[in-house]
Amino acid sequence: MLNTLGRVVPDTERGFISATNYQSQERILIPEKAVVDKPVFLGSIKAIFDQYHITDGMTLSFHHHLRNGDQVLNQVCREIQIRGIKNLTIAPSSIFPNNAIIAELIEAGNITNIRTNYINGPAAIPIDQGKLKGLLLMDTHGGRARAIESGNLKIDVAILACPAVDYDGNGSGTEGLSACGTLGYAQSDLRYAAKVILITDTLVNRVKQIDFDGKYVDAIVKIDSIGDPEGIVSGTTKITKDPVGLKIARDAAAFLYQAGVIKPGFSMQTGAGGTSLAVAYQVRKMMIQNQIHGSFASGGTNGYYADMLKEGWIDQIYDVQCFDLDAVKSYRDNPRHLAISASKYGNPFEKDPIVNQLSFVALGATEIDLDFNVNVTTDSLGRLIGGSGGHADTAHGAAVTIITTTLAKARLPIIKERVTAITTPGEDVDVLVTERGIAINPRRTDLIDKMKNSQLTIMTIDELMAISHQLSGIPQAIKKPGKVTGLIVYRDGTILDQLYQRL
Amino acid sequence: MVRSMLFIPGNNPAMLQNADVFGADAVIIDLEDAVSIQEKDAARILVKAYLESIDHPPMKIYIRINGLDTTDYEKDLQSVVTDQIDGIVLPKAKVCDVERLLTLLYKIESETHMQKIIGIIPIVESAKSVLEIEKLAALSRIQGMLLGAEDLSADMELMRTITGTEIEYPRARMAFACKAYKIDAIDTPFTDTSDNLGLIADCQKAQNLGLNAKAAIHPNQLETIHDVFSPSLQRIEWAKRVLKAAKKADDQGLGVFSLDGKMIDKPIIERATKIMESAKRYRLLPVENA
Repeated sequence: MLNTLGRVVPDTERGFISATNYQSQERILIPEKAVVDKPVFLGSIKAIFDQYHITDGMTLSFHHHLRNGDQVLNQVCREIQIRGIKNLTIAPSSIFPNNAIIAELIEAGNITNIRTNYINGPAAIPIDQGKLKGLLLMDTHGGRARAIESGNLKIDVAILACPAVDYDGNGSGTEGLSACGTLGYAQSDLRYAAKVILITDTLVNRVKQIDFDGKYVDAIVKIDSIGDPEGIVSGTTKITKDPVGLKIARDAAAFLYQAGVIKPGFSMQTGAGGTSLAVAYQVRKMMIQNQIHGSFASGGTNGYYADMLKEGWIDQIYDVQCFDLDAVKSYRDNPRHLAISASKYGNPFEKDPIVNQLSFVALGATEIDLDFNVNVTTDSLGRLIGGSGGHADTAHGAAVTIITTTLAKARLPIIKERVTAITTPGEDVDVLVTERGIAINPRRTDLIDKMKNSQLTIMTIDELMAISHQLSGIPQAIKKPGKVTGLIVYRDGTILDQLYQRL
Repeated sequence: MVRSMLFIPGNNPAMLQNADVFGADAVIIDLEDAVSIQEKDAARILVKAYLESIDHPPMKIYIRINGLDTTDYEKDLQSVVTDQIDGIVLPKAKVCDVERLLTLLYKIESETHMQKIIGIIPIVESAKSVLEIEKLAALSRIQGMLLGAEDLSADMELMRTITGTEIEYPRARMAFACKAYKIDAIDTPFTDTSDNLGLIADCQKAQNLGLNAKAAIHPNQLETIHDVFSPSLQRIEWAKRVLKAAKKADDQGLGVFSLDGKMIDKPIIERATKIMESAKRYRLLPVENA
């Protein structure tokens, strides 16, 4: 059947209706897991499999706070390989290039279903080739929290890396050899998984800052190393030096100022990419120039935001994950740098999630179409290269959602008539800022009205697409795709789009 | 008038394609130092194709040709002198060189039936050029003068310094000549593209001596150059208030009046008018928030 965006979705699933359809639905909450008196200490990852009888068909979850330095998911995968366990579902909050071993387990049939919010690297290749026997379900960060708390994603065992753990099972993200800061993505796993195991390389008598509450923890395993610190700091933490990216950032900030978004008490999220950080830099410049103080910044954060907090330009940071060690330090030392769960961040059923309080969010796109639908899940050939993460959550919640992108990347136009896959529906995307002009979604008549006297180059998205075609030509349509390999799940659990095997 | 002139290597298609998005008031497409001898022909072909492809770009376009002491300059001129460009930037320019260039331009313009009269920006980069600054400024078609501090310092056997003491004299002399003939006084590029604080200081020195623009060798220098060479928001606000008060005084038949306790007379009104003209030219007038 077709959903309201005209995309084919399986008859067995609920197709996407609208970004606000969740408002007519009830929040479903399964009971939290039973409180544990005292966690047990296990000697190895191998022992987890014996203790909790991990076997064919179960669902194991993980988080990605150690990003491209994570070694826990990989070590668990090795044990699965050794034991020859089949038909597992894994549910890591994200999958990075570092998790290449997953590809082997897909090919061997150990892993047959995957549920995640982002996938990049070798693990995506066999999925693109149609080798995953089941399906890849791509959630949003807020949507994953909803899926877990509602029982839609049932986790048998959550195996959670934790930089430091004490003897009561409390875990901290800011201490230890692999300190990574907040542990927001794993909070739902902690509360709702049938069993919760913390894997650490640092045991302490008492953690100073509790990120995982020990009452949910069934077992603790100490291993030599949970992660490679260099890979943990894998978010882009430097402002782009690309002059085109900087121009886009300047125009995005100018747009926000002229549209009246940057005003006392405003709040912001810009992500961690080079251009996104450049937007933050330009916004900060305007704040200083006009002596405008904001209220908060949210998201995955880094040292740049930590500095803004320290300098008093924002009052708070609401942080699901830290992208660099400066952010980790800020979270540890600054009481106004606050940890939030993925649910508090972007779960549509949460009361007043942080994303709903955002004045603006600046996001990227690998493709955007004439209806402002955005794709950050695949490239233009349909190959998996990412996923929503918080894209669809923040785009819906923020008062103004800006997409910043060049008109062409690798000589391919970014604006399409129809995106290859929909990650974020166009009704939640307000403005596209490119190096040659800015397009405002026709739904946002208020923004169009506010910008009618602007000296910025405002044009329609069709006009921008025509310019990009002049520059790079019109690309040929991709070959007909093969079988369905996965589904893109909107934050309310409905299906936005299907993913296909590349032939 | 311009605030910035961005050098773009004539053999760099990616830079050329984006020349109109960097935000420079003018670009100088370089066929001279940025292009090696082996690539001169390819660069000419590329620049010619680029010029044929553009349609009403938002910036002025100049071409730095090879010096008149080379064998390349004539081929450069034949390739690029079209209605799409605003002028030629002439390296190591002396009065006799500009006069030769004028003759060549007249010839090409008439032979190709061009609509436009091509301007000239001589680069002052030798001791002799410094001594000819006033004569250069007075020549026909001169739209501005660009200081070339690296070659000039070499000619003078001086070390370039971060403080720029060694170029204070030519900067100041050029500023006066350009102001007298109402043409652009364009400062030498700041060559350390990673030192933004140094760039700010360098721009401020040039501006304090009376230059109104600066050449850039990287697009990322433009924001700083524009910040320094544009009237600040505070100055624009001041100019608005002066002109509003002047109109009121004029309506009341007053010649001299005061604003914030200071006397406002004709020179101050003229300065305010110029600030507003610059603000309009560079699209700096703030858009009211809704």
